This record gives sequence, C-alpha cells and structure tokens, in this order.
Amino acid sequence: MPQALRDGLAFLLPWEFSPLAFVLCVGGVVAYAVGLSRMAPEGRPSRWRSAACLIGFGLVWFVTQTRFDYYAQHMFFLHRVAHLVLHHLGAFLIALSNPVAVLARGLPRALTGRVLAPLWRRPAMQLAVRLVQNVWVAPVIFVGLIYFWLTPAIHFVAMLSPDVYWVMNWSMFLDGLLFWALVLDPRGPPTAWAGFGARIWMLILAMPPQIVLGAYISLSGVELFDVYGLCGRAWDMSAATDQTIGGLVTWIPAAMMHVIGALIVISRWMHADRGRPAPRAPLLVPGAGD
Amino acid sequence: MRRLLALAAALLALSSCDRFVGNDGPVRDVTGLVKDLRFTMTDENGRVVHAQDFRGAPVLVYFGYIHCPDVCPTTLAHLSEAAKQAAPGRLRIAFVTVDPARDTTPQLAEYVHAFGPRVKGLRPGEEELADLARRYRVSYSAARPDAHGEYEVMHSSGVFGFDAEGHARLLILPGATTRDIESAMRRLAQASA
Repeated sequence: MPQALRDGLAFLLPWEFSPLAFVLCVGGVVAYAVGLSRMAPEGRPSRWRSAACLIGFGLVWFVTQTRFDYYAQHMFFLHRVAHLVLHHLGAFLIALSNPVAVLARGLPRALTGRVLAPLWRRPAMQLAVRLVQNVWVAPVIFVGLIYFWLTPAIHFVAMLSPDVYWVMNWSMFLDGLLFWALVLDPRGPPTAWAGFGARIWMLILAMPPQIVLGAYISLSGVELFDVYGLCGRAWDMSAATDQTIGGLVTWIPAAMMHVIGALIVISRWMHADRGRPAPRAPLLVPGAGD
Repeated sequence: MRRLLALAAALLALSSCDRFVGNDGPVRDVTGLVKDLRFTMTDENGRVVHAQDFRGAPVLVYFGYIHCPDVCPTTLAHLSEAAKQAAPGRLRIAFVTVDPARDTTPQLAEYVHAFGPRVKGLRPGEEELADLARRYRVSYSAARPDAHGEYEVMHSSGVFGFDAEGHARLLILPGATTRDIESAMRRLAQASA
C-alpha cells in the first residue's frame, strides 16, 4: 500500500473512540437509510434534505472521531473549527433536514415504541424541553455555552481533562441540535414552538455576542489560552496567529450561519403567509411515523 | 456520570479558595483532572518499566526529546536543580521522549545521566506514545526532515507532578522559576507523605 494511502487511512481511524459518537453518527446514518427504505417513494424527503442529514452526521464524525480531533486538541483554531461544526454547521444541517420522521421509521420499533415515545411523553421531559426551547432561554443557552467553554480558566481544564473535553464537545452538539431544530422547524405556528418572527429575533439577538467574543479573541493581543502552548501545538505556529485565526472562526462563519438561518426562516414565513403549507413538513414527534 | 463528576470537580476547584495550589500562577492544581500515571515503557537501561514501579514517591513527568535545541535541557536542568535545593526525599524526574524513532536507548542513558541520578529516561513504543498523548494531551508530531535529515518535534512544555500513589496533582508551566518548582516539589512531597 502506498505510504500516502496508509497515512490517509490512519488519519480516518478513530483517534479517541467514543461509543456515543458511534451510536449517534453511525447509528443515525443507518437508521436514516433504513427509514428511507421503509418509506413510500412519494413520501420520502427530497434528495438535498437527505444529503444535508448525511453530511451533518459525517462532519460531526469527522471532527470528533478522526485524527482531526488530535489536531483540534492541539491547535486553538482547529478546536474552533470543531465547535463550528458541532454547534453550528453539523447541527444546522441535521436540523435543516428535519430527520425525525425518517429516523423514527428506521429505528427499531422496540426502541421508539417502548423507550423513546414514553420518555418523550413524560411530564418532566416535556417541561424540560419546553424550558430549554423557550424563545428567550434557547438563545441565552446557545451563546452562554460558547462563552462558558471559552472562559480561559474553564477552557484550560477542558483541554487538559479528557472527561471534561468530552462533556464540552457533546454539550455543544446537543445544544446546537436543540437550537437549530427550534429555528429551522418547517412547521409554522401554531404547531411550531416558536413563531417565525420570534425565530428571526432569536437569530439576530444571538449574533452580536458571538461577533464581540470572536473579535475580542482575534484582536486582544494577549495570549488567552496558554493550554495549547503547554500541551504543545500540533505544528510550529505562533500562539498569536493561532488565536487570531481561532477568533475569526468564532466570529465570521458563525455569524454567517445565523444570517443563512434567518434567510431560510424568512422564506418559510413568506410561504406560510401566502397560505401555502411550508415545504413538506412531517411531524417532529418521535414515533409519529408508527 | 464520571464525566459530569469530573466537570463538577473542575468547576469546584476553580471556585474554591482552599486549593492545593493556585490556578493562575506558574504551577496549577490538576487534581482530579489529569489521569493517574499509567504506562509501560522501556527505561534508559532498556528495561521494561511500568507506572507502578514509580509508586511510593512523587514523580515529575516531562515530555521532550534529546535533539530538542533549548527548551528540554533547560527544563530538565531547572527541575534537577530545584530537586537538589528542595531535597524532597525520593522524588524522581521522568523524562519521556516523544521522538523514540530517533532517540535510542544508549543516547537516552547518556542524556539523562547528565542531569543527575534523580532523572530517569523513558522510551515509549509507537502505540504507547499515542496512548500517552491521549491521556495527557501532549503533542508528539514530528515535522518533515530537512535536507540534512534534521527535524523539530513539537512537544508539551508543561511538567506533570504525580503523588506517591500516582495521582496527578500539579502542572508546572514554562514560566515557573526554580523557586516555584521547589515549592511545588515540597507540596508534592507533603501530599505524598
């Protein structure tokens, strides 16, 4: 086998195997494929929606399970790219594909019927989800988590402790899914949890704090995250350059995702106002496909 | 659950005033954050050694490589000097090479002996090295060799302090003075007593 191919394969092998990532990404893709095969062709989501879902899962797998994760542990700007995928891009694509109806058909009936559906119907679960998906609470959690994990003392701990690192990455992905599912819900009011106007406000309100944080990190000129120098960078890049690029990643692409999200919501709002149903909208309740 | 506990412990450590050492100085408390000492490597005499062999006395672990131009020898000299001053009993210093492809056992022996009897040289295999990188978040990537076959290796600049039971207690940052290191060694010896 040529050396380049061997290096490429080694890169794709899990750096730090996570059973959770395996269940979420591989399980998610398999359940999605099985769900699609069980649906009548006319009931299937469009190709771009299926592609968005698969690309979303694929990106999350790539940043958490390949050798990329090693580089993300040792370069601040690659860590920011990983979080951009977990919290914004990957979660955004999965939410945009609105995969719950397909996944519900693809998952084993015992799991959806006996575990997920009863869990979903529990009053405590409903209350918790209603709370975190409140239009005022969701953007605060969304921005709050970014600030929390980028607080230098907390970031230091997260990059040094494999356990805290795990909590950090998966909390970002979970919150990303919740936030973008709320914003990109294809249903309009009254079935959706948030009105179209409220969603646009959420997107706009969550944008400036991220811009401010990204700009501050980029332009501060002080080394904020010494843990990378301490553990050793993956290659010879100065701390200042690493931090500047990392700040830019936190600042620009993240803000762009909010603009794209707002454009999608506006287009759906216009469709709904013209009295047409929003583009094919399956129910967002697990087990609804049964 | 273990992970949430780790997070809770970390947050508590950040907020608590009653800490092992401070969290903003050149020596930081990493109790409960960094994993216990665990490895199997060969030492500078070519013998297989395990982390258990280091139990019973505190140990400072430093990741570097022999061809490292300045940082590694300076750090080792500081550690060895501080250990002389603080004289904390059987404290040992373990130098782990992150470039085992180039650093041979005889070279390692010659290198560590220059820093005194407390310093042990450890050489991991390829798999063990990746495992150490996962456990202690240290980097080990080697750059491409230049025209003379020389290359620079990226490595961690912190020194991990483990107590006599092999629990990680503190991390010494590159900015630490010899006096900071001495006081860290005394703390470590007290914690291990």
